[in-house]
Amino acid sequence: MSVQTAMDEAQVDQAQADRASTDQAGTGRHDPAYNFAYLDEQTKRMIRRALLKALAIPGYQVPFASREMPMPYGWGTGGVQVTAACLEPDDVLKVIDQGADDTTNAVSIRKFFQRTAGVAVTEATGEASLIQTRHRIPETPLTEGQILVYQVPIPEPLRFLEPRETETRKMHALEEYGLMHVKLYEDIAHNGAISTAYAYPVKVEGRYVMDPSPIPKFDNPRLESPAIQLFGAGREQRIYALPPYCRVESLDFEDHPFEASKADHDCDLCGCGDSYLDEVIVDDEGGRMFVCSDTDFCATRRALGHAGRLSGEALA
Amino acid sequence: MTPLLQVDGLTKRYGARLGCGDVSFDLYPGEVMGIVGESGSGKSTLLSCLAGHLAPDAGRVVFDTRAEGARDVLTMSEPERRMLGRTDWAFVHQHARDGLRMGVSAGANVGERLMAVGARHYGDIREQAVDWLGRVEIPADRVDDRPRAFSGGMQQRLQIARNLVTGPRLVFMDEPTGGLDVSVQARLLDLLRGLVREMGLSAIIVTHDLAVVRLLADRLMVMKDGRVVEAGLTDQVLDDPQHGYTQLLVSSVLLV
Repeated sequence: MSVQTAMDEAQVDQAQADRASTDQAGTGRHDPAYNFAYLDEQTKRMIRRALLKALAIPGYQVPFASREMPMPYGWGTGGVQVTAACLEPDDVLKVIDQGADDTTNAVSIRKFFQRTAGVAVTEATGEASLIQTRHRIPETPLTEGQILVYQVPIPEPLRFLEPRETETRKMHALEEYGLMHVKLYEDIAHNGAISTAYAYPVKVEGRYVMDPSPIPKFDNPRLESPAIQLFGAGREQRIYALPPYCRVESLDFEDHPFEASKADHDCDLCGCGDSYLDEVIVDDEGGRMFVCSDTDFCATRRALGHAGRLSGEALA
Repeated sequence: MTPLLQVDGLTKRYGARLGCGDVSFDLYPGEVMGIVGESGSGKSTLLSCLAGHLAPDAGRVVFDTRAEGARDVLTMSEPERRMLGRTDWAFVHQHARDGLRMGVSAGANVGERLMAVGARHYGDIREQAVDWLGRVEIPADRVDDRPRAFSGGMQQRLQIARNLVTGPRLVFMDEPTGGLDVSVQARLLDLLRGLVREMGLSAIIVTHDLAVVRLLADRLMVMKDGRVVEAGLTDQVLDDPQHGYTQLLVSSVLLV
């Protein structure tokens, strides 16, 4: 993508943002004390330039000048900045945290953008045009035109093997990824199988090795998606991206192939057998239940009449 | 026979100070070259320049590559040079910690070079790792232990296994026996001598220990203040030193 296109696009976005801040009609009624979507327009442009570069080089970590956000590092400062740079007044926003729409982090970020951008929000994956996520990909398949924004704590997949940033950058540049397999080798040597269960490293378009953020490896096959996927790491000041339909392979050994694993149960509320499950301890006697981590997916199925082992029981 | 390595007028300066000056030699396949000299004589600088860790100011280092024949290492692109560094070349550091990954198991340390050149079969990698640990006299049941849990001598042997697993043709060694006690040194030297003969390796060994070069090296270069002051067959140089500095060096060896 040329710089000119990037600039044109930035200008279109600017115009849209200007319209939104002057025209309060429709859904775009945000707190007038803030610029649309909190960040100033120059910052959003800067982030969009990084996003365009990231989309042009899938899996490559683009440095960007991350801003202070009104939340602590580790709570999604990177994701929030990417979301702010992408939001348009007519977007419909969904925010999930470990698949759930109703946890503190998800609720806070949703409210933040309701106040600062005045956008419509939803819990339904199908209705959302932009989804910010922490550590999950929604169960409902994403479609073209949707954007999925990930919050990333540590963007460098080689970090725990090679602490020097100068060296890891060189390794990415020269495509020296033998070290990544050393980690998987260690897993097998000590545990008999690849025990990495989340943040499972992937190779993008046969070139860059990328950390898919701490999503469970169950979600890895769905990284190949019709939606645009953007990754923002606020503290580490990196943005990377997967354009739609780009090739994403999970690293493995020939004799220990990649396996997308999940708890060997059905959801106790909706009975789904192939969704990713959370284990919940329900009493002091070791009683436990398994429920879909994707709350919207589970609620939709229950509304359609599906039932699991414990549905109908009074659950505190 | 074409030389494996031809070095021509290699010079490295640190500002006004000379690191090593105008060093030239040829190294033939299967030959072991020793470089001796006191601390600060430029021998480690020379080795780093040869191995591509330091960029020299002048000179040529021509290596006889497997695929393309003689190539000047210094004008190669960095990816090519690094590729050479993990296939045809090996570098044994004085401190095993510099050459090992202390956070991963011995097996993974040996396997890393294999994985770096594309091995993707766990069973094969592990088999080779165990085989190489055996060759350097590390028991197979230590394969999943971290090098932290190894003695100094074992760490050094592990480093050698890790370097030789891809079947290199040229090994650079920087004081491979430094910091080890004499009985461990003796066994390590024995092992190195066996491997060098068995695999037909060429090697360049930097050391200040004349006993080491006497045992391992076919030829010897003596360095002082960045210059090579004497070169020749090891026995000849040690038994009949010509240069004043070499005479001093040879006569300074403690006899027990």
